[in-house]
Amino acid sequence: MQDINWTALIVFVVLFGFITWLGFAAAQWRKGDLDLLHEWGLGGRRFGTVVTWFLVGGDLYTAYTFIAVPALAFGAGAIAFFAVPYTIMIYPILFLVFPRLWHVCHKHNYITPADFVRGRFGNRWLALAVTVTGIVATMPYIALQLVGLQVVIGAMGVSGTGFAADLPLILAFIILAAFTYSSGLRAPASIAIVKDILIYVTAFAAVIVVPIELGGFGKIFAAVPPAKLLLAVPGANTTGTYGVYATLALGSALALFLYPHSITGILAASSGHAIRRNAAMLPGYSFMLGLLALVGFFAIAAGVSTMPEFAGGFKQFGNNFAVPALILHSFPSWFAGIAFAAVGIGALVPAAIMSIAAANLYTRNIHREFINQNPTDKQEAQMAKWVSLIVKLGALIIIIAVPTQFAIYLQLLGGILIIQTLPSVMLGVYTRWFNDWALLVGWAAGTFAGIWMFEAAKLTPNYPLVFAGHTFPGYTALYTVILNLIVAIVLTPVFNAMGAKQTDATVPSDYLA
Amino acid sequence: MDPQAEKRGWSWWYLLFVLQFVAVLWPAFYNTVEPSWAGIPFFYWYQMLWVAIGAVLTAIVYFATEA
Repeated sequence: MQDINWTALIVFVVLFGFITWLGFAAAQWRKGDLDLLHEWGLGGRRFGTVVTWFLVGGDLYTAYTFIAVPALAFGAGAIAFFAVPYTIMIYPILFLVFPRLWHVCHKHNYITPADFVRGRFGNRWLALAVTVTGIVATMPYIALQLVGLQVVIGAMGVSGTGFAADLPLILAFIILAAFTYSSGLRAPASIAIVKDILIYVTAFAAVIVVPIELGGFGKIFAAVPPAKLLLAVPGANTTGTYGVYATLALGSALALFLYPHSITGILAASSGHAIRRNAAMLPGYSFMLGLLALVGFFAIAAGVSTMPEFAGGFKQFGNNFAVPALILHSFPSWFAGIAFAAVGIGALVPAAIMSIAAANLYTRNIHREFINQNPTDKQEAQMAKWVSLIVKLGALIIIIAVPTQFAIYLQLLGGILIIQTLPSVMLGVYTRWFNDWALLVGWAAGTFAGIWMFEAAKLTPNYPLVFAGHTFPGYTALYTVILNLIVAIVLTPVFNAMGAKQTDATVPSDYLA
Repeated sequence: MDPQAEKRGWSWWYLLFVLQFVAVLWPAFYNTVEPSWAGIPFFYWYQMLWVAIGAVLTAIVYFATEA
């Protein structure tokens, strides 16, 4: 690899030092009793519209997104832009479903989606299914944040062999673990503000400066090979790439707000109004994501992949190195330091929220439900703090011990798994029509079909469904959640007829302001 | 808006959301280079435009339903 880029590294370390201080100082911000789980794990549900905008933006638009989406554009072309319709469709869902979820969770002091399912459907096994799905889907997602961190650390020329190679990553994680433990959700909320400003600066600098250097958008798009510029037109008897593109966008949109970390960010808002306002304001991030996807094309036009100084980086990180290479090529070192810090800090914010969300799930829906049913408030909060450490350690081990590609497969599978909680959580917010056992069987059907299809499609998230002589390649998550729904709908009258008692701890007015 | 609709949790304004789903879910409609804008193929600027339109539609629904 190249030598250490000291200027960039110093800027990076200074910014990292600043957010470390901020993470610890955050415990004093809108001070609450951090021995209560909703204070540690939801910031006391006190974040207004603006802080929620930064927090949810920092939560959803992760470091991995900023590296991987342009990398996909760089490698595969137009298909990467599915992230744009995906993020267009998430906000109507946020607007319609999640203020209701916020109200009912606020009313009953629910911290997690599984808390809600437990109360709504009165079935601890259905709640357990939601819990386990949430934790399993989140773990590789945390690990992937580390990939983003690894790439930028590598891009600054910091390298080594054996233990030394992983040392910077381990250091960053110790910092992350410590401030999450001590400040809870207040830490990522405050750091998200810094991170998002840095990301916006980087993104706008990139889309203004680089096209000028390269001679305009016309020249950039002319440099992109025609096969990558647009989606391949489908042949006869198949929906081809169009189907893949649309189902990836829709399936991802339906899955996104079911992730525990998304729900944690939303439940931390101070009101349903704050959530609705954010549905109109968060597209600001989608716009930036679209711009960043184009940065993948800038990297093609700049020809970074053939520059000898970046050969080592591409060899080590593959297409994920496209954006860091372009930044190093186009900007002075001090600005590269800012950009890399944006990505690095951008990894810590979601990683912190994800670990808090997984910790809340374990504490509330496994430990309290099955092990110690009457913990004191303090014991409950303390348990969550410890679990957040264990979860992060697990993610660190995944990324150090197993190949990156494996974490990516698991994350792709995670989307297929998490969407199976849609009938219980998202539809549950609107209706108590479903039978709880029917939902559980539907969940199991969707989950097993999803794993099988993922396996059958050679560990890719798209499965070529064949129906009446036509092929419909598409996102497995969408296909399997439809199966899940059909099973739940068919079995609901059957199970109801068998006379299982249906309970509901909530009443309709709990869901409204 | 009228308090009855608030109680039911439904508003006809929500139908505006359907537009953005229709606009982006059929790629055959926008998978072209022309008409390009400032050198950017239609495929890209069309979808970016819908990010902005989606935000405006959501804002309209917000103001129409939160009296």
